[in-house]
Amino acid sequence: MALLSVQNLNVKFGGPFGAITAVNNVSFELQKGERLGIVGESGAGKSITGFAMMNLLNAPGFIDRGKVLFDGQDMVRLNERQLRKIRGNRMAMIFQDPLVTLNPVLTIGQQMVETLMAHRRLRQDEAEFIAIQKLREVYISAPESRLGQYPHELSGGMRQRVIIAIALLLDPDLIIADEPTTALDVTTQADILELLLHLCMANNVGLILITHDLGVVCQLTERVMVMYAGEVVETGKTREVINDPQHPYTQGLISALPQQTLPGTPLKSIAGYMPSLLSLPEGCPFHPRCAYASPECTRERPSLVQYRDASVACHEVNRLHQETLVE
Amino acid sequence: MIIYLAKRFIQALLVLAVISLIGFTVQDNLAFQQGLNAGSAAAYNVETDAGFLTKYFQFVSGAIQGDLGTSSFFKEPALTVILKKMPATLELIFAAAVLVGIFSVPLGIFTALYPHHTISRLILSVSVLGLSVPVFVTSILLIYLFSVTWNILPSFGRGDVVPIVGYWETNFASWDGLKHIVLPAFALASVMLPLFVRLIRAEMRQVLKSEYVKYARARGLSPWRIYFVHALKNTLLPVVTVGGVQIGTLVAYTILAETVFQWPGMGFMFLEAVNRGDAPLIVAYLMVVGAIFVVLNTIVDVLYSAINPTVNLARMAA
Repeated sequence: MALLSVQNLNVKFGGPFGAITAVNNVSFELQKGERLGIVGESGAGKSITGFAMMNLLNAPGFIDRGKVLFDGQDMVRLNERQLRKIRGNRMAMIFQDPLVTLNPVLTIGQQMVETLMAHRRLRQDEAEFIAIQKLREVYISAPESRLGQYPHELSGGMRQRVIIAIALLLDPDLIIADEPTTALDVTTQADILELLLHLCMANNVGLILITHDLGVVCQLTERVMVMYAGEVVETGKTREVINDPQHPYTQGLISALPQQTLPGTPLKSIAGYMPSLLSLPEGCPFHPRCAYASPECTRERPSLVQYRDASVACHEVNRLHQETLVE
Repeated sequence: MIIYLAKRFIQALLVLAVISLIGFTVQDNLAFQQGLNAGSAAAYNVETDAGFLTKYFQFVSGAIQGDLGTSSFFKEPALTVILKKMPATLELIFAAAVLVGIFSVPLGIFTALYPHHTISRLILSVSVLGLSVPVFVTSILLIYLFSVTWNILPSFGRGDVVPIVGYWETNFASWDGLKHIVLPAFALASVMLPLFVRLIRAEMRQVLKSEYVKYARARGLSPWRIYFVHALKNTLLPVVTVGGVQIGTLVAYTILAETVFQWPGMGFMFLEAVNRGDAPLIVAYLMVVGAIFVVLNTIVDVLYSAINPTVNLARMAA
C-alpha cells in the first residue's frame, strides 16, 4: 500500500464572488521513502496542495472533494484531535521562510521539546537529549548551548537546519518541504538541500518537495508533478520529464532555464501570464499561452493520459511530439 | 543592563527638568495672581522680585531637597501633604490595573478566537460604550446601581484602612477596605479595560495569522499551547508598551474617580487645591505625577526587555 494516496483532491477558497478552485482534481501516490517534487509557478497551487496533505488550510481555504489517504487514514475525514497525532509526528512540514517560522519569543530548546512532548511521554531531560541529537544530525555546532538560544540569534541557514531537525524529531514517515530554500542565499541553499536529501535517504523518509526550481527537483526527487493553474499537467519520473518534457508548459519551463540560453541572448520565457483563478479560460487552462493550441483545446479540458513513461494532460501531445521529431 | 538603566535614569532626569520648568512657570504665574489677591508671597521660599532664572534656580534647588513650597491651606509642606495622599491613589491605580489585567486578557483572547460569537459581539459593543462614556458618568452609574439601588457596596471613602508603614495605610487588608475600593477601581478601569480588550483582540488576531502559529499547528501542538504560549506571549509585547503609557493616563483619570467617590487620594486633593487656589500644592502635584509617570515608564521598558528576547538592553545602551 502506498504511504500517501491523494485521490481527486479539490481545494477551494471561499470568497465574495463565490468559491474559486485553487487545486483541481489532483491525484498522486507516494511510496514509503519516495521523493516527489511538485513544481509550477507562483499561484499554481503547489503550496496549497502541500498544506492540504496535512489538512492544514487556513480559512477561507477548504478541501472541497477528494481523499488524502495517509497510511490508509483519510486526512480529510479525521477530526482535529486525530490530525494532531499525525501532524509533526508521522508527517512533518518544513516551511518556506525560516526567519518567520520559529516563534521569536521561545527558545530553540522550548520549541523542540514541546514538539516532542506533544507526541511522546518524555521527561524534560530525555526530550532535550533527543533534541541535541537531532541538532547534531543537521550539523549544528555546539547543540547543547543552542537549546537556550532564541531564533533571532541564529542565521537563516541555521534556523532552517533547526527546522529540519524539528521535522526529524519524531522520525516521521513523510516530510513536506514547502520551498525550503527560497528564502536562503545560494550557497546555503545547496547545503540545506544536500542535508535534506541525505537525511531523507538515510532514514527512509518520504519527501514532498514543493518548489519552482527545476534544478532542485532534479537533484532531490525521483518523481515530479508539474502543476499549472491548480491542475497537474504532467507527471512522471523526474529524469524523463526534465530530459523529455511532453506538455508544452513543461517544455516552456525547461527552455526558460538560464542554462538553456546561450550567453548574450535574451532569456526565454513563456509569453503571457498564468490566468487568474477567478476567470479560468474554457478548455485547457494553458491554451491562451500555448503555441500548439487547437480548437479542441479551447473547448475541452484535457485529462491526464499515459504518454510514454509520463502522464500528460494535453490534447495535442501526439501532434506536438511529431513536430518536435521533424525539427 | 546597568549602562542602559543609567541612560534611562539620565533621560528621566531630563524629562523631570522639563516638568519642573512647566511646574515653575505655573507656580510663578499663580504666585503673581495670589500676590494680588492675598499677598501670600511669603508662603513660598521665592523672592517675588528676582529674575526668572534666579527664581527657577531657587525653585529647582528647593524641589531637589524635597521642598516644593508650603500648602497655603494645610499649612504643611506641599510634598508632605501629597505623600500622605499618595498611597490611597496608588492603591486605587493598582486595583484598577489588576482589574484591567484580570479581565482584558481572557476577554481579548475570547473575542479574538471567536470573532463571530454572540458573546464576542456583546463584549465589543459594551467596550465601545465603556470607551465613550466618561469616568464620572460611569462612577455615578455604579453608585446608583450598587450603592443606591442594591445597597451592596459603599459609595464613598476608603473605609477601614490598616496602617502599614509611614503614611501608607492599605485598603487590601480588611474586608471593609476591599469593599470600598471595588467601585472606584471599576470606575477607573472602565476607561482602560475596553481599550485593552480591543488591543489584545487585534494583536491576537494578527498573531494567529502568523507563520509560527501555523507552524505550531503543523507540529501537532495542542490548541491550549498554541493560544496561551505561542500566541499570547507575542500578543502581550505591544500590550505592555501601551500599558506603560496608559498607567500614566490612569493617574490622570484618578482625579475624576476620586472626586466622585470622595476617595482621599492625590486626585481629589488636587481638585480641592485648584478650588482653593493652593498654588504650591498644585505645582507639587504636577511634579510628583510627572515623576510617577517617568518611573512607571522606565519600569515598563525594563519589563518589556524581560518578555521580549529580541530586545537586548545591553546592546541598546551602546
